[in-house]
Amino acid sequence: MEDLNLPPIDYAALSPILILFGVACLGVLVEAFAPRRARHPVQLVLAIGGSVAALVMVVLERNTRVVTIGDAVAIDGPSLFLQGAILLLGIVSLLLIGERSLEAGGPFVAQAALTVGSEKDNRQAQGAPGNTEIYPLAVFALSGMLLFVAANDLLTMFIALEVLSLPLYLLCALARRKRLLSQEAALKYFLLGSYASAFFLFGVALLYGYAGGVNLQQINEAVAASQNSDILLYAGLALLAIGLLFKVAAAPFHVWTPDVYQGAPTPVTAFMAACTKVAGFGALLRVLYVAFEGVQWDYQPVIGTIAVLTMIVGSVLAVTQQDIKRLLAYSSIANAGYLLVGVVAQNREGVSSTLFYLVAYGFTVLAAFGVVSLVRDADGEATHLSRWAGLGRRSPLLAAIFTFLMLAFAGIPLTSGFISKFVVFGAAIDGGQSWLVVAGVVTSMIIAFPYLRVIVMMWLSEPAETTPTVSVPGWMTSAAVFIGVLATLALGVVPSPLLDLTNDASLFVR
Amino acid sequence: MEETVEYVQATGLLSSVWLLVAIPLASAAVLLLLGRRADKWGHWLGVLAVGSAFVLGLSYFISLAGMENKSVELSLWDFIAVGRFQVDFGLLFDPLSGVFVLLITGVGSLIHLYAVGYMSHDEGRRKFFAYFNLFVAAMLLLVLGNNYVMLYFGWEGVGLASYLLISFWYTKPSAATAGKKAFLMNRVGDAGLAIGIFIMFATLGTTQYVDVFNGVSGLAAGTILVLGLLLLLGAAGKSGQFPLQAWLPDAMEGPTPVSALIHAATMVTAGVYLIARSNPIFSANHTLQTVVVSVGALTLLMGCIIGAAKDDIKRVLAWSTVSQIGYMFLGVGLGGAAYALAIVHLLAHGFFKANMFLGAGSVMHGMKDQVDIRRFGGLSKYMKITWLTFMMGWLAIIGMFPFSGFFSKEPIIVAAFEREGWTAWLFGMAALLGAGLTAFYMTRLFILTFHGPKRWTEDIEHPHESPAIMTIPLILLAIGSVGAGFLLSTSVPDWLEATGGLGAQEEPHEAVLSHGVLTALSLLLTVAGAGLAYLLFRNGTAKQEQPAGVVVTAARRNLYSDTVNEAIFEKPGIFLTRALVYLDNRGIDGAVNGLAAAVGGGSGRLRRLQTGFVRSYATSMLTGALLVVAAFLAIQLGWLA
Repeated sequence: MEDLNLPPIDYAALSPILILFGVACLGVLVEAFAPRRARHPVQLVLAIGGSVAALVMVVLERNTRVVTIGDAVAIDGPSLFLQGAILLLGIVSLLLIGERSLEAGGPFVAQAALTVGSEKDNRQAQGAPGNTEIYPLAVFALSGMLLFVAANDLLTMFIALEVLSLPLYLLCALARRKRLLSQEAALKYFLLGSYASAFFLFGVALLYGYAGGVNLQQINEAVAASQNSDILLYAGLALLAIGLLFKVAAAPFHVWTPDVYQGAPTPVTAFMAACTKVAGFGALLRVLYVAFEGVQWDYQPVIGTIAVLTMIVGSVLAVTQQDIKRLLAYSSIANAGYLLVGVVAQNREGVSSTLFYLVAYGFTVLAAFGVVSLVRDADGEATHLSRWAGLGRRSPLLAAIFTFLMLAFAGIPLTSGFISKFVVFGAAIDGGQSWLVVAGVVTSMIIAFPYLRVIVMMWLSEPAETTPTVSVPGWMTSAAVFIGVLATLALGVVPSPLLDLTNDASLFVR
Repeated sequence: MEETVEYVQATGLLSSVWLLVAIPLASAAVLLLLGRRADKWGHWLGVLAVGSAFVLGLSYFISLAGMENKSVELSLWDFIAVGRFQVDFGLLFDPLSGVFVLLITGVGSLIHLYAVGYMSHDEGRRKFFAYFNLFVAAMLLLVLGNNYVMLYFGWEGVGLASYLLISFWYTKPSAATAGKKAFLMNRVGDAGLAIGIFIMFATLGTTQYVDVFNGVSGLAAGTILVLGLLLLLGAAGKSGQFPLQAWLPDAMEGPTPVSALIHAATMVTAGVYLIARSNPIFSANHTLQTVVVSVGALTLLMGCIIGAAKDDIKRVLAWSTVSQIGYMFLGVGLGGAAYALAIVHLLAHGFFKANMFLGAGSVMHGMKDQVDIRRFGGLSKYMKITWLTFMMGWLAIIGMFPFSGFFSKEPIIVAAFEREGWTAWLFGMAALLGAGLTAFYMTRLFILTFHGPKRWTEDIEHPHESPAIMTIPLILLAIGSVGAGFLLSTSVPDWLEATGGLGAQEEPHEAVLSHGVLTALSLLLTVAGAGLAYLLFRNGTAKQEQPAGVVVTAARRNLYSDTVNEAIFEKPGIFLTRALVYLDNRGIDGAVNGLAAAVGGGSGRLRRLQTGFVRSYATSMLTGALLVVAAFLAIQLGWLA
């Protein structure tokens, strides 16, 4: 265990969260005062600059291990690593969000309040510059995520959960094209998200009744003393876990995922798939490893069963998908299952392999959605799989990149996908959870099939007349895809540096 | 048996052994990246890459021969190092991987050369060579890795390349189906291998060959059995052995050079390599060895029976591959000195089977891609070189003295008779019977194709011999089919003895029949089988399928293995998928809805894509939540924990 010093407020340790929060507030002011034309560049620079500054602070604070502001926030190895990961992935997502060259006005609606199908709506679809509120919204979400993975008591965690969720609900509704789909997705996400938050909050209440406090250490001690009603403890743990499992899209709480991933503007989907996943698993790890360490043998079978169910649902349903965004959504569900395998491994390798997986998956999925946003026709993105037939003929480079990403998802060696599955399963074997590994290996064999189907479709089918064109990406999308592909390759060939880093970062302060 | 396995670090020439994998890989990358610009010369680059790998492999092989400890390890970098997990990115060059390298690059070069001619009219030739090189690189990685994770890398790589190459002729829907089937059945095997590797981690904490082999004697018998069975499942998937044999004949939908290289000479022998390499594991458990022998014996008979009923020239050859690999499994399962015999047969088979496949390709080339042997006949006059070279392959595979199959198959049959008690009779007789059946169906194939009356389709007037670029590899492989067996059977067993744990001599049991009697018996059966086929088919056969009895019908249907697979895997799989789709969003992802979205624009139609109601989502979440809470409470009350 590491030494703790408890200053009232350690501003340096909190600085990444504070910087982003400040930048987000500043972004709102920019919306109010800056002239319309200047907003986009200003907001973009502000958002990316703020994230970079926060990232720098994370790096500078890398050796900090404190619990601060009245035990509400823990800045330790896992939280710093996760914050760094969220910021890195967030910056790449912001690149995708900031792209304006793919269609006139960018991927976001100009005025979200216009009635769909009205004359004004049609006019704005022709190329009115998209709104720029997305930047402060995204930065608010990011700052919520940073707090979420560091929250050391359940109330702070709940607040962080809402801070990250509410902007996401809004972001989902802001697509320029297919607006009904987008709004439907946002509403569904909002309703179900609130529903899940209620579970979370109910769980917090029960745990307060059990432990007499909401601090994770307090709960840990109460569990160790085990003098109170276990019903409160287990019911509280169950409800709390449900709230978190919803965010990471584990079955049976995954139902929102395909609709929301499909309906949301693609850059936002990428943002959710990469960053929200990291944040959700970060919080789940902390809650399970810090607060409920004493009952790990009791929750292991339940979470393990959920992991198996999630892997099966994600991989089997991915086989039937006809839409690339839905396919990636089910793939994201299956990946949540693999991550859960690492979570229930209950050892240090479990934490470090989960951290590695999150980073590796985040980069791959960002690049994949980046590519999806490039394949377009007159109606915007062409996401139906049949439209991708013969894409290899039309634009070999793009198809080659996507092929590589699909192979990474399928866990083919020499991609990060293989290494991350390998270390997660290895940790589970070490933790004595062989049954999860068997389920994991079998489902990853199943889910390789839809990925390969996409590859075959792109390369081995004749292009149809309706095969969409591939837009020439602006530098921001190119950079995002390039970073994602590079990370996928590098982490697959020389994973050791990141593995060392995750290993060093895998101890929670208590 | 309790020898420890030791590897030495590579020095000098051998420290560049990584080039073997890197050269074909680089060539594949160049061919894929340059795109159409490389169309003119791309195929020659492909040939050059494999050819130079062969030259390199040969020089490594020679320098290995002069060494004291013949197991040379080359650690390239720490691949994964986290906690107890240590995986090297390392290579191992020892006598076993050495002979495989020579087989892969040697036969590979000839087949590459042949493919230059065979694919000359195909506009996708450059891409074909890129995949082909990719395959060679992956296959070399498979046999050169120094731990099971490396082997798994190569394993996945060859699977992928094979899938791409089968589907290469995408205009045929049957090719796409066959690719899918190969992929799925291989996945079953791959899952076995992957789980086996994780079990190694769990029990031994390592996947390095050297540590696994030295540690295996400390494992419980049950663990060794499970581990071995999982590895066997992987091997059976890759090598088309029972119960995963059905994909291999369908894989013949790919271009013929692919069938020759991947589905006859190299990739399908990866399973044999896996078992031979893992011999300390398999030798440590007698039940395990018996299972391997049974799989081999069963598959070799199945292959013969089905092969006798097929009329597609490539499929007959494919089933004969299944059956010959059955012999190899039989050999590696027998253990002890028989490991080396299996490898000898594998190498000899690589020559004569590649020869016959390329011969079949040459026949098809001259006969407008006809594959039905009922529509050939009398071709010996028109394609002299193909006929003669094919004849060498035919004589080799049926084990006629003094061709190579005689020297490689015969010792396996004898070794099968050297087991204890009644199993000697069971497996020995199976192997002997297989020899007779092989002679029958291969002779049928040979006679129907090259002799007897012409039964050609109307559009063929003058079948022509293939160009020199195709016949030269044929001639070289034919020479191999004649001579390789004798040479290999005299040299390889001694050579392989230096491989860690391989060729460790157990006192063999006295054979239940004497060696001379067995040789005479097998030759007699071979001649009888071949003679019978000659009598039945010298006057040709009906041009269409004739009604047949129970046995032949069953054989034509692959002994109903497809039906069984469908019932065991496909039906439950489809049911599971349907059930999940129904539970999940009530089937919004049905193909019908998807198609509608593809055709139409407009928000009204798109909206229909999502019919999932929030209320049903919320209900399913609530149900899940109730179940989770109930599970936790059940644990608390002690029902589940």
